[in-house]
Amino acid sequence: MSLFTGVQAWLDERFHWAELIGPLKKKTVPIHKLSYWYFLGGITLFLFFIQVGTGILLLLYYRPGANEAFESVQYIMTRVQFGWLIRSIHSWAANLMIFTAFAHMFSVIFLRAYRKPRELTWLSGMILLFLAMGFGFSGYLLPWNTLAFFATKVGTEITGRVPVIGHSMMVFLRGGEEVTGATLTRFFGFHVAVLPGLTALFVLIHLGLVQYFGMSVPPGLESRWKASPGEARQMKFFPNFLLRELMAWYIALGVLGALAAILPWELGTKADPFAAAPAGIRPEWYFMFMFQTLKEIPAKLWFMDGEVVGILVFGFAGFLWLLLPFFDRLGRGRGRRLIMGAGLFALSYIIALTIYGYMAK
Amino acid sequence: MDTWRNNGFLRALFVLLVVSASAGKVFAQVQNTCLDCHGALDPPLQVTEQQFSTDVHSQKGLTCASCHGGDPAKADMDAMSKAAGFRGKIQRSQIPELCGHCHSDGAFMRNYNPSLQTDQLSQYKTSVHGKLFAKGDTKVAVCIDCHGVHGLRPARDTRSKVHPLNIAQTCAHCHADASYMKGYRIPTDQFAQYSTSVHHDALAVRGDLSAPTCTTCHGNHGAAPPGVDSVQNVCSKCHVFQDQMYEKSTHKAAFQSAGLPGCVVCHSNHGITHPTDAKLGTGPQATCMQCHKPGDVCDQARVEMLTGLTRLDEAFKNAHNVLGLAETSGMEVSQARLDEDQAGDALTKARVTIHSFRQDLVDHDIKEGLQIASKTLQTAQNALAERDYRRKGLGLALVFILMSVVGLFLYIRQLEGHAPKV
Repeated sequence: MSLFTGVQAWLDERFHWAELIGPLKKKTVPIHKLSYWYFLGGITLFLFFIQVGTGILLLLYYRPGANEAFESVQYIMTRVQFGWLIRSIHSWAANLMIFTAFAHMFSVIFLRAYRKPRELTWLSGMILLFLAMGFGFSGYLLPWNTLAFFATKVGTEITGRVPVIGHSMMVFLRGGEEVTGATLTRFFGFHVAVLPGLTALFVLIHLGLVQYFGMSVPPGLESRWKASPGEARQMKFFPNFLLRELMAWYIALGVLGALAAILPWELGTKADPFAAAPAGIRPEWYFMFMFQTLKEIPAKLWFMDGEVVGILVFGFAGFLWLLLPFFDRLGRGRGRRLIMGAGLFALSYIIALTIYGYMAK
Repeated sequence: MDTWRNNGFLRALFVLLVVSASAGKVFAQVQNTCLDCHGALDPPLQVTEQQFSTDVHSQKGLTCASCHGGDPAKADMDAMSKAAGFRGKIQRSQIPELCGHCHSDGAFMRNYNPSLQTDQLSQYKTSVHGKLFAKGDTKVAVCIDCHGVHGLRPARDTRSKVHPLNIAQTCAHCHADASYMKGYRIPTDQFAQYSTSVHHDALAVRGDLSAPTCTTCHGNHGAAPPGVDSVQNVCSKCHVFQDQMYEKSTHKAAFQSAGLPGCVVCHSNHGITHPTDAKLGTGPQATCMQCHKPGDVCDQARVEMLTGLTRLDEAFKNAHNVLGLAETSGMEVSQARLDEDQAGDALTKARVTIHSFRQDLVDHDIKEGLQIASKTLQTAQNALAERDYRRKGLGLALVFILMSVVGLFLYIRQLEGHAPKV
């Protein structure tokens, strides 16, 4: 008896292991020419695991506080053995994770994987994307460098422009009227406790829903397969799909390692709250389309403040985006066309405004 | 005039007239009829409401009558009657005393600007302008030539003729005019020279308002060329360390006994350019060799000091370049950058110490700088070595990852070759 089968027998005897992993063994993944889009969710999950691992390692040395944060990150990057690698991987993986999460979201839209009965899968996925962006926003400030300090100042100022509750939200986020050390410790708390807890919960829900409903098949193909079941092609999740996913994870790890080693994440200069804001303050790339839009909106739109209008429009659009699957069944395919149009528009808009944001002075 | 100034009764009467005229203006501002006519007249009698409203005196509540007398509350020519105390156009010869009447009166000026000095008139009398003026030369500058009239702004206003950014231009108005300055037997190229100087660059180009302009060295109301003996004191207002070094040097006594004007001997005056190490050389910018003979003890010390400075400069630049390379490779070298700044400071210090003209002191600074530059270079080289190590590590990791991917691929093929996918 090999060690593996021995452990398996030991678990089976106590927990009925075979029954527990039974559904996993029966789980299948459809095979078609767009199957590779299925890997994106798994890659995002893999990058999240990397974030958790590297985040825990960074926690061993990181010290939140206006007088220590920058120095502790500097210490990690220069003195701690492989600290530079851990910090660089943490920063790069964060960005790659948000990128793959966005790509996953758009693949779900264009393959119409959100449709009934997977509305709640979409909803939990969207919440995970918002949480990931929250991770990005809170984590950006933690090194307490100049760019992050002023970007957070601008970002929280924008929050403050939300009508009625904006100011209270801004004070809550900042831990006061200004971005100070109190903001840093607060963001640290969000980043290492609140957001990970919520994310773990929603990851479980999301994975549970994916497991429960199985992988979605593009509608056209699904109809064909229903009409002639003999045409349907599937592969076992375990081990066939999982091994392929593992290959994708390895490739993602290679890309991540190359980025971390060739383009280590910069630390910049320590934030000085009394210094003037340097030129070129910009948020992380995934907030750029919103930031640039708010910059481009005229100061006054009719009788309202242009920026407030922009914030309200983004808020409303985000809310509709959350509810996207529920519009799919509007009469005679109108909903489907609407969602496709909205998806194409959103993708083009995000790409165009992000590029414009980086090119505009 | 002296009699008049010393006559307490007359003086009191004049102040009373000015104050009462001012008070009249304050109460009858809406009835200042002077501008009704003078706003419509042609120059030089023209003074518009817009022009006068920008004048600091107007803003403080003074009126035309405060200087010119008369009664602006009255209409027509009655406003300018002798009975109303009208003095008409102020003669150029009366201007300093007229301005000084208020501006030399501390108690009066306290009402408007307690921090404003009240010694302008007494300083003016010590100036070259004031002395010539006292001799009856009315071509020389009086208050309004520098400060303007009717549209006079406070010196802190960037539009003021005496704002630091505009002073050189204001002085040059006369001093760069060869025909106007004819007869005074002084050069008229000061402004042209100053415009090429490091001081002008700091003030006008970099906007450093603390950088020197004409009045910084010559004084303003008491403007006069600094004498040979006082040049060092003028420069040392800003260049403190250079002054301390020069003070102890052998050149101080030598220049004094030769009647040479200290700093100016090597650096010139109005056209001071950015000093470089070439001043210690033998090329066109060389200054030492203008007095010293090749091969003498001083020349040998000069060579030693120049060699040391050049070594430190090269070491600093080399460390800077290697550090830049490490930084563009993404290495964290901010601490080394701080060390590099120290090496730069040591180089600057050595250049300042040159003013002691003592090789041992200069060598000490150079040695200190070389040590820091060497440490910085070592840190930069270590950073580059670390970068290479990381890249090798990455290469190794990528090979391992590639092998794992290929292994997985082969395993999947083998797995699916033996059994159908479902």
